[in-house]
Amino acid sequence: MSSTRTTPPLPASSPAEKLALSVVAGGLLTLLLALADADPARQQRWFYLALGLLGSGMLAWSWLKYGRHPAGVQQHSLWLRASTSRGAVAWVTGLVLTGFYVVLYWFSNDDGHGHFGPLNNLVHALDGFSRALRARPADQWFLYGTFYTLAVLLMGVRALWKYRHSRYQLIRTASVMFFQLGFAFLLPGLLQFFQQPEFYFTYFWPLKYDYLFPGTVTSLLQKGGLGVFMVFWGAAMSLLATPVLTYFFGKRWYCSWVCGCGGLAETAGDPYRQLADKSRAAWRWEVRIIYPVLVLIVVITVLLWVHFATGSTLLGAAGGVAAKWYGFVIGSVFSGVIGVGFYPIMGARVWCRFGCPMAAYLGLLQKHFSRFRISTNGAQCISCGNCSNVCEMGIDVKQYAQRGEPIIRASCVGCGMCSTACPRGVLNLENGPREGRYQGSQLIHADSLRILS
Amino acid sequence: MHLVIIGNGITGVSCALAVRRLRPGARITLVSAESAHHYSRTALMYVYMGHMRLSDIKPYEDWFWDENRLGLVYATATALNTAEQLVVLNNGTTLRYDALLLATGSESKLGGWPGQHLAGVQGLYGLPDLEAMARDTHGISRGVVVGGGLIGVELAEMLHSRGIEPVVLVREARYWASVLPPEEAHLVDRQFQENRVPVRYHTELREVLGDAQGRVRAVLTTAGEEIACQWVGLAIGVTPNLSLARMGGIDTDRGILVDELLRTSAAQVYAAGDCAQHRQPAAGEVPIEQLWYTGRLQGETVAHTICGQPTRYRRGIWFNSAKFFNLEYQTYGRAPAGPVAGMDHFYWEHPSGRAALRVYFQAAPPHAVAGFNALGLRLRQDVCQQWIRNHTPVAAVMAELGAANFDPEFFPQHEQALVAAFNRQFPQQPVVLKRRKGLRALFG
Repeated sequence: MSSTRTTPPLPASSPAEKLALSVVAGGLLTLLLALADADPARQQRWFYLALGLLGSGMLAWSWLKYGRHPAGVQQHSLWLRASTSRGAVAWVTGLVLTGFYVVLYWFSNDDGHGHFGPLNNLVHALDGFSRALRARPADQWFLYGTFYTLAVLLMGVRALWKYRHSRYQLIRTASVMFFQLGFAFLLPGLLQFFQQPEFYFTYFWPLKYDYLFPGTVTSLLQKGGLGVFMVFWGAAMSLLATPVLTYFFGKRWYCSWVCGCGGLAETAGDPYRQLADKSRAAWRWEVRIIYPVLVLIVVITVLLWVHFATGSTLLGAAGGVAAKWYGFVIGSVFSGVIGVGFYPIMGARVWCRFGCPMAAYLGLLQKHFSRFRISTNGAQCISCGNCSNVCEMGIDVKQYAQRGEPIIRASCVGCGMCSTACPRGVLNLENGPREGRYQGSQLIHADSLRILS
Repeated sequence: MHLVIIGNGITGVSCALAVRRLRPGARITLVSAESAHHYSRTALMYVYMGHMRLSDIKPYEDWFWDENRLGLVYATATALNTAEQLVVLNNGTTLRYDALLLATGSESKLGGWPGQHLAGVQGLYGLPDLEAMARDTHGISRGVVVGGGLIGVELAEMLHSRGIEPVVLVREARYWASVLPPEEAHLVDRQFQENRVPVRYHTELREVLGDAQGRVRAVLTTAGEEIACQWVGLAIGVTPNLSLARMGGIDTDRGILVDELLRTSAAQVYAAGDCAQHRQPAAGEVPIEQLWYTGRLQGETVAHTICGQPTRYRRGIWFNSAKFFNLEYQTYGRAPAGPVAGMDHFYWEHPSGRAALRVYFQAAPPHAVAGFNALGLRLRQDVCQQWIRNHTPVAAVMAELGAANFDPEFFPQHEQALVAAFNRQFPQQPVVLKRRKGLRALFG
């Protein structure tokens, strides 16, 4: 379908919106000042000024852009703006994000003298806050956690404004904001404050793969009561709660309600959800990659435990080397650099869709042992494609809807955007009896009872 | 068997897919002058508004057609010889058919107004219209939309999305008066107001005024008002596209005349979808149906007849849906816009003006339910249709209303308010709510 249409002009942003975006830009520049300034006191001032400008600018802009319009689906010009349609702005954003991750992962380690590479000034600007929360100075991971949490919270508020017509989206967004702030940021910090292991109660094996590695387990067990509980929690969540919760609610209970990776995708990544490739070719890559990753981490875990139990040095060496490489390739490059760095190009769920072993595990459960499905409402689908467009997991939702079939896909994270965006009320996330779960609507085909009776 | 289908809209494609299923060996050729691949006509507005790209509104990926051995020809059919069963295309080829389906769709109706041929005046039906609209609304400040129906509100929403002020002219006293009762129309009007779209009711177009370059510069209304504008959208309906049928000497009236099996007056030539006119429509049904859903159904039905399983077209229980800016609309069964003898109705509206439900039922006992209008609420189609088909008494419907609730999780549930309102309006048929939705059904 070729088109000779002229590129339409974008509706002009109001002066107030431009002002708010300028404040955001000012915040980013101030962050550069914090990076460049040699004086520690000024660094800190620049840093907090930057956060203040970024935060207030973002909040003001979100309200101006979404809050002032009547509540409802607000997708205008999504595919016309460079920032959300792989234009120049998107590529620059992607490069900056990717670069940040490269610097963070491989050039920001403590050199032994409390110097953290190019990000050093930003890390130290957080020393005060880190001491208050964790009773220790900041490091590069604390800086990362702070940025990450701020991104989830600020862009979360934007999502709350944007999707305020849907209670499902409001509650779900509040949930990911809560779990990121409380369980993935404050609680691990507090645990450190009380000299306890830094533990993330919302990350489980096989995503947080080392939580069931013998090394982590033994070291936690040595920490006494709380450590024992953490081992118990990790094992119970991975092996017991995950199948049970997924049986009742689908994988969404984790992927789009609790998980921090999902939380970032649903908030900071929301402007990019339409970029997920819906083609069959992309789906083929998905299954080719994600299940081998799951197999890989299961095998590595087993190897490490066999070594632990038998003391076999050969297996131990293999498991240890494999775990190290897994950590580099999958844990760092895939989930971080590609997973977040490529947000503006490939959408926000690249990691969740192609790489996350937890998603693979949850997906298998969802597909085969769950009450969850997205129901299609009779024959009401008009094949408009809005559902597929907003699917961050790259599911071509309309293929099912236009056939009157329920959508039961391993990859579906249950964000509910297809249902929210559907202009005809066709899609609904439901938990119901497994019997007849794949049953399509009788209303859509002429060879249904109605016509041939 | 070689089946040639003229038109790759939902009707033609539905027929092609059904024939492929029924006759795996059949040769199927789809001819379209509009686009190389099937696309969703109903989604054109979303492309204009930037929600999607053209490639996103194709219901099937491009590999689909080859893999299912559905031949696509991007050309115009210029002649039809029904005696020799030949279709001539403008690319120099001639197709011989064993069965021919005319699924040529519609054209926008023009009202015969002075000035309607000026540059910047158009309807919205297909891709060329979308391109013209994109071109002619580029950078303008105001457009006038003529027509108070579904395309009218779509055009208004499209212009509004680009910061262009739409002014809507509606002939009747309210929006979509032929279909919506006053209360429902009022809720749509609230959407216009909320989005600051001026609507002139009781107002028709009298003339389109042009400038020296032959472009529209204003419209004159029947109220005598001159509205300056740079674009005019005519949304007063569509009319069957008959050109090829007429060339082939096939009987036509307003549409291509077909019998119950969707056969035209020529042997082995069928017509379905927007372009077909039923010689004997079923009681209470219109002869020409111009909906996505009826196109799909007619396409699938005619496929059975073409494959040697003569199947009469029966539309079944009516349903339709739409969205007016942010207000969703679903309707099932008989839902007349005004009073009908022997039919009663119950109406409830949420104080917010963003949700309403009307239930139609027979005035005589046992008050069998006849239809539904839902605004801002999602109803389960199969449940509503089952109630209508089974002539379920309205009291039983109200008591079980939760079974039809298709709203997403955590959405406010209105069943209790609905039943309370019903009991106030019809105290002689007291109802106790038996069924709610989701978790509350368990604990409520």
